[in-house]
Amino acid sequence: MTNASGPTTMLDGGAIIGAMRQAALDTIVALPDITTSAGLLWPISRQPDINLVRICKEDEGVSICAALALCRKRSALLMQQTGLFDSLNAVRGIAVEYELPVCMFVGLLGKEPGVPPPQNKKYSVRVVQPVLDAMGVPTLCIEENSDIPKIPAAVDRAYAESRPLVVLFGRRVKA
Amino acid sequence: MMLRTECLKEIAKVRGDALVVGVYSSAFEWIGISPHPLNFLSVGAMGQASSSALGFAIGLPDRKIIVLDGDGSLLMNLGSLVTIAGVAPANLTHFVCQNGCYEANGEHPIPAQDMVCFSGFARAAGYRLVTEFSDLDTLRAELPGFMQARGPSFATLRVRAGEKPTLDYSLVHGPESRRTFQANLNALLDSRA
Repeated sequence: MTNASGPTTMLDGGAIIGAMRQAALDTIVALPDITTSAGLLWPISRQPDINLVRICKEDEGVSICAALALCRKRSALLMQQTGLFDSLNAVRGIAVEYELPVCMFVGLLGKEPGVPPPQNKKYSVRVVQPVLDAMGVPTLCIEENSDIPKIPAAVDRAYAESRPLVVLFGRRVKA
Repeated sequence: MMLRTECLKEIAKVRGDALVVGVYSSAFEWIGISPHPLNFLSVGAMGQASSSALGFAIGLPDRKIIVLDGDGSLLMNLGSLVTIAGVAPANLTHFVCQNGCYEANGEHPIPAQDMVCFSGFARAAGYRLVTEFSDLDTLRAELPGFMQARGPSFATLRVRAGEKPTLDYSLVHGPESRRTFQANLNALLDSRA
């Protein structure tokens, strides 16, 4: 797929932050991930209207976002897929079994650009969606900049249905 | 060493309208000692109570949030002490009931049972106020002042379990208790709208 400036090589961080704003995600809970660090987390850290909570381990973020949802406040957890794997018990217990809209934005370290995650050579990328499918967690893969406008509707659906969502970033994000 | 139920009774006297996050054995005892619309049972994933409490503290900045943690639970999420210190919620009070064992799972000892110092962890993480209680008279005397102090504050309660509480997990895991909590919290949020 191409956009006005040619094939997508990196995702547009500004557009993603715009989509987060449109989805009313005013708190971002995060651990750094190299695929989203420069294009997303550093810019988010400079947004005065976004509350950034830096955490030590990703499962903390599942619980923080769940409690915020109970308080009717929208938030998202930004992390790498390795952190997602480390958090699966919290995702299982708190987001899935307790039916809470925990929205997770996940950078896929090592993913081959343009190749759907389940078809990647790298095991840690390939198994992400099958694991989440098995857990009943919906996913949205952002492979191209033209996918970014899908984020607000997916977040709205997660809150409307009170269930978790994982947004997967298929390419590095640039500021 | 204090009887945990006696400690919880003292905390109940000063909870006011606080939202209280409880874990496992403490939670079962707490809901009997201090029934309240804003008792949140943190049992879905062990170790997550402190993080849930931080979420509530951010989401409800003008409401006191108390977490009744367990020693085994907190060991699973020690990083949360650093995260909480970094966010520095003034409305968060964190208790850990240190009985030295995984009470709900066969009473096996926690690692380094006789050496580990949770107050030391909290102090080093950067909590504003850290203390430790091991006798009931001191707890009774100092608790009101401790509760009024600006958070995040942390207290280790050196406890022993009393009679085993009835662990009715269907009660705490059931959807009904979660729906009731959400309805109670919604009522609070609606009253402010």
